Amino acid sequence: MKKIIVSAQVNGEPVESLASPRRTLLEWLRDDLRLTGSKEGCSNGNCGACTVLLEGKPVLSCLVMAFEAEGQKITTVEGIATSPNRLSALQSAFVSEGGLQCGFCTPGFVVAATALLEKIPHPSEPEIRLHIANNLCRCTGYDKIIKAVEKAAEAGK
Amino acid sequence: MDSPDFFISRPHSLAEALQALAIPGVRPLAGGTDLIPQWREGRREIRGMVDLKHVPELQIASFQPATGARIGSALALSDLYALPWLAQHYGGVDDAARLIGGWQIQNRASLGGNLCNGSPSADSAPPLIAHEGVAEIVSPQGSRTVPLEDFFTSPGKTKLGPYELLLAVNLPAPRPHAASAFLRFIPRAEMDIAVASVAAHVQLDAAREKILVATIALGAVAPTPVRAIEAEAVLIGQIPSDKLLAAAAAQAMLAAKPIDDVRGSAAYREHLVEVLTVRVLKIALERARRAS
Repeated sequence: MKKIIVSAQVNGEPVESLASPRRTLLEWLRDDLRLTGSKEGCSNGNCGACTVLLEGKPVLSCLVMAFEAEGQKITTVEGIATSPNRLSALQSAFVSEGGLQCGFCTPGFVVAATALLEKIPHPSEPEIRLHIANNLCRCTGYDKIIKAVEKAAEAGK
Repeated sequence: MDSPDFFISRPHSLAEALQALAIPGVRPLAGGTDLIPQWREGRREIRGMVDLKHVPELQIASFQPATGARIGSALALSDLYALPWLAQHYGGVDDAARLIGGWQIQNRASLGGNLCNGSPSADSAPPLIAHEGVAEIVSPQGSRTVPLEDFFTSPGKTKLGPYELLLAVNLPAPRPHAASAFLRFIPRAEMDIAVASVAAHVQLDAAREKILVATIALGAVAPTPVRAIEAEAVLIGQIPSDKLLAAAAAQAMLAAKPIDDVRGSAAYREHLVEVLTVRVLKIALERARRAS
């Protein structure tokens, strides 16, 4: 099948890459751009492990076609740290609060929560729960994830 | 193995979009949150997609107190509920838009997709029907309108013809002292598909005592979203009371024709309709009392 060229900005860098028209954004990011931080947990929009930011808004990359990324700004979990050796306040809070165990869901939560703190710098617990509802975790029981978000919000004061 | 070419298009005008949609097997793509998983799981065969999100007419969201609202079919739900007039004048639609999926899904999913997917449990349908919303449909042949109450025909099917496109949803001008609300029952707090849902739109008289107008719509309890006409009749001209709401709710149960399925039994769904009708009427009435 004839491939198409997708030109987008990924984690601040211009990218031009060939993609099959049938590719999802998740597949393009992982398999073509080798950004394997975003995970394929369900491929049908239920788990949020594939969450990336598209024009600053969290979306499920398994439900976006690669061709839709044309001309768009994308941030993956690889683009969340402020510099290569410095985790963001949110990422540090995930570590200090124990907001992860196996870590598979973590990239999706980190991206979604990063977007949440941009939208609502000091979210209440119900607001946090509402905004991460599209993300599933099988290990932690969510409490420590919520605490990590609250801690990061504190740090932002 | 050679796979056939997959047609993709990103039109910037309605005419371009309709032209692309004239290709057999090519489907419109707004948020893709239904189309993409259905296609990938083999539940829907398609030969290509037309990305509608760059057609200006499909991204409109306008409101005038005198004429009502016009919502482009491909507008993302989160862009829609960011508009203050939605919660203020069409509260039930705002309730539903914030319930569909989760935040990530709401940043892509649209009213158009939710309606055209044709699920009887479509969350946006009951409140849009309760507001007597109208679907504006276009095709190469011209345009037509269909009241949303008549839009759904059977599970997964709507009145949309093969080469037609849902252009916009139009909602009437808000009435004085009127408001709507929407509730659904799901196993978790978010994300699930409705087991049963109810929307109500009520208008009170100038003294905010008597119900002048009431529209009630049910979701997930029949082959299509349905209006609970008998329940509406109970309320009109009456002063709200617990007894009145209970009587309306009992009638709403009669409009429900649910089935047993993985999400719940028919009996439980009927029970939910009764409970949700009372609750949603209370919320709508409270909002109506506060509305100008």
